Amino acid sequence: MTKTNSKTTKYQYQEYADIDTGYQALRWHEPVIYELSRKGSRNEIIPNAEKEIQVKVGDITKKIPKKICRKTPAALPELSEPEVMRHYLRLSQETFGYDSGVNIGLGTCTMKYSPKLNDQLAKLPSIAYLHPLQPEETFQGLLEIMYDLRTWLCELSGMDEFSFLPRGGGHSVYTNACIMRAYHRANGNLHKNEVITCAVSHPCNAGCPSTAGFKVIELHPNKNTGDIGLDQLEAVVSDRTAGLFLTAPYDTGVFDSQLGEYAKLIHSYGGLVALDQANFNGVMTRMRAGDIGADLMHFNLHKTFSTPHGSAGPGAGAIGVKKELREYLPAPLLEFDGSQYHLNYNLPKTIGKTGVFYGVIINVLKAYAWIMSMGEQGLREASEWAVINNNYLIKKMLEVRGVDIAWPNRRKLQEARFHLQKMKEETGIGSAEVNLRIADFGIQTFFESHEPVIIPEPVTPEASEAASKEDLDRFVEAFHQISKEAYSNPEIIRTAPHHCTIHQTNLEPLLDSKRTKVTWRAYQKRGLS
Amino acid sequence: MNPGERKKKLGLIVNPLAGIGGRVGLKGSDGIETVKKAFAMGAEIISPQRAMETLQDIYPFKDEFDLFTYPKGMGEDEAKACGFSPIVLGEIVPDQTSAEDTKSAARKMVDLEIDLILFVGGDGTARDIYEAIGDKATVLGIPSGVKIHSSVYAVNPHRASELIKMFLKGSAPVREMEVMDIDEDLFRKGQVSARLYGYLQVPHEKGLIQSAKSASLGAGNNRTIAEAVVDGMNDDYYILGPGTTVKAIGDELKIEKTLLGVDVIYRKQLIGKDLNEQQLLGLIEGKNAKIVVTIIGGQGYIFGRGNQQISPRVIRKVGKQNLIVIATKNKLLSLKGPLLVDTGDSECDNYLSGYIRVITGYNEESVWKIEC
Repeated sequence: MTKTNSKTTKYQYQEYADIDTGYQALRWHEPVIYELSRKGSRNEIIPNAEKEIQVKVGDITKKIPKKICRKTPAALPELSEPEVMRHYLRLSQETFGYDSGVNIGLGTCTMKYSPKLNDQLAKLPSIAYLHPLQPEETFQGLLEIMYDLRTWLCELSGMDEFSFLPRGGGHSVYTNACIMRAYHRANGNLHKNEVITCAVSHPCNAGCPSTAGFKVIELHPNKNTGDIGLDQLEAVVSDRTAGLFLTAPYDTGVFDSQLGEYAKLIHSYGGLVALDQANFNGVMTRMRAGDIGADLMHFNLHKTFSTPHGSAGPGAGAIGVKKELREYLPAPLLEFDGSQYHLNYNLPKTIGKTGVFYGVIINVLKAYAWIMSMGEQGLREASEWAVINNNYLIKKMLEVRGVDIAWPNRRKLQEARFHLQKMKEETGIGSAEVNLRIADFGIQTFFESHEPVIIPEPVTPEASEAASKEDLDRFVEAFHQISKEAYSNPEIIRTAPHHCTIHQTNLEPLLDSKRTKVTWRAYQKRGLS
Repeated sequence: MNPGERKKKLGLIVNPLAGIGGRVGLKGSDGIETVKKAFAMGAEIISPQRAMETLQDIYPFKDEFDLFTYPKGMGEDEAKACGFSPIVLGEIVPDQTSAEDTKSAARKMVDLEIDLILFVGGDGTARDIYEAIGDKATVLGIPSGVKIHSSVYAVNPHRASELIKMFLKGSAPVREMEVMDIDEDLFRKGQVSARLYGYLQVPHEKGLIQSAKSASLGAGNNRTIAEAVVDGMNDDYYILGPGTTVKAIGDELKIEKTLLGVDVIYRKQLIGKDLNEQQLLGLIEGKNAKIVVTIIGGQGYIFGRGNQQISPRVIRKVGKQNLIVIATKNKLLSLKGPLLVDTGDSECDNYLSGYIRVITGYNEESVWKIEC
């Protein structure tokens, strides 16, 4: 146990920690597991196999190739089973998520509640023990699930073919950029090297085409309408335009009213339109990318389709294309001949392999289960509730002193970009500070904004259909209290959080790779600096 | 403060006369005659108040730094009034301070390796600081002057204290900001003529900076922008405006581009330095030419501030289609509104209005609206 963690140390902001926020996180004084190690401690020993089995099987350790065998035992900590259980249970109690608090802060991420039933399905041995190298005729059931999901997503998006190979949203946009590049090359249009996007699309809409070798031209939303506007697009589109990459609805909750016009304009110059519908939550069954002229698009199964995400995965992107682009999709493509499902690798024009095997299968399965349980009507209602919840949140949030909203006259769908510019001017407290304080209320820290930050001091929550009115009210109430603190005693906020597992830490050293120790061994060798 | 780190040194220079012209409608306070006139009209000294607003904010952190300042009204009085025990440098004649005092204070502070020099004043004070120390120290302006065109000032004294706190924590990176000023004699006669005088090193908030997550290939800095311009060059004449972003093109071509002047290059060679309107018109007569400019100052001007040599006649001759605007994304994002033009010729301003592509990195452009 280190000195700073000692229970006897008085917390320097104890008076702030005594303010009632209705929440106190568990705070264990839990050392690193290596520090708990005691030489000779151990778990029960698994008994040896019966003699007969031993004779038949022989020494299995001999069957492990020599070159992958350790020469010395691994430097593992030595603990008893209850000590290990206690350690990890305590760490798990110090985490925060949908199961432990109000989780409506992470706009653009659609952190909706994912039913446990779907987790159970994914854990079934018949799924968990499948091997990706099995012959396809031995997992026809899973292929059927994938094929059905593909068909439903085609129906929801108005596209003709889907692939589940991308591992997330950015990977999906990159794959679509590669398809766009392959398409123009195949048509001999090498001069088409410019991609147009906008500052309120997800940043991967600029980043991924850039990685794929395109020049990227970024438009900006009109300050009154929040749309990019046909006049702005007309000013930059040309024969060099390879395509348009836009997020719909925008990151700001605004659905661009002229999307169809943009698509027509881009097509008239021989370009393609790629829509990012990672967050499809406000428009399910209400609009289809294919109907308004998109040639490529993607969903994030781990957002809209209720498969869990966060803490680095697993994500799952699903890209949809019109039939003219089907042959460029990454291999394998899923096909059905009327009796059997097949994985087709014979695609001469494919952009190649974008990931191993067939995609993130557990997310595909959970998305399938979720759509099955919702039905078409259920999806429609989910979007309605997501939009209603968000608009209730907007109404209530704008009653908080120092909170404003970008594009106030524009209707928002499933999320909105609030901002605290007035609060920052008047109190010095902005969104970064409020975000540290809100955790003290048992509320997930909120998403501020994607880059580029065109609205200073941004706050972008997203209620989703899963939030109750009580959750929404709690979120707003926390904002009211924090606003009062900002205008009366901003030090409470500047030194927050006070009710969380960890108080404010200096993050600067974490950004310096030379000072960061990511392993126990590195820490032992070099210590903290 | 991390163990082993030395205590930070803050400097404070107050220009006690800054801003006194404003309240009596004199448009600026430079020059002894103006100051006398202002006092005669009942002007009050406001800069000490502005300095104290910042000092009160940072008082709770006083143990984290040593405060160095100049005697009496140039900082000592204000610091003591706020409870500080500052280390006082130099000597002055009270109530008769001049630009020379500001300059010598700044020089002394550079000698003492002050980490951050705060100065209270207006554009004239910023110019004095720039002339005295250039980029030899990190500085931050607390605005008190009548007119502020320079971007070296915090928005107000309270935002200055926020920046100081961040700087003390080590979380406010430093960047070059423009020192601009208007000729005050002309200004009082109703003529606006802003000039770019140079650049100072100023801390800024990280909020507007692109994080590594979003930085696409070649995003963001003067060098990648210069590479993009140079790779796109043909046999036209290139008129290069002032500013560090444009100067980086010279660095990329290994030629001596002037920082504050307008130069011309042809086939990647410098053929004219620090040129005026007539010389520019002479050079491009009958030739294909392009103009490369960046945003000058915090307000977003691409013409009419600091680059008047590129006149309406030059702009028309070159043509709007041959205008290349370059700027870092951070600079664009820190603007409050659209790009601006003020060439002094409203027809030319109208001609320039509309959407324009701004080169922000290699293979990266951002579309902005020019208004007039």
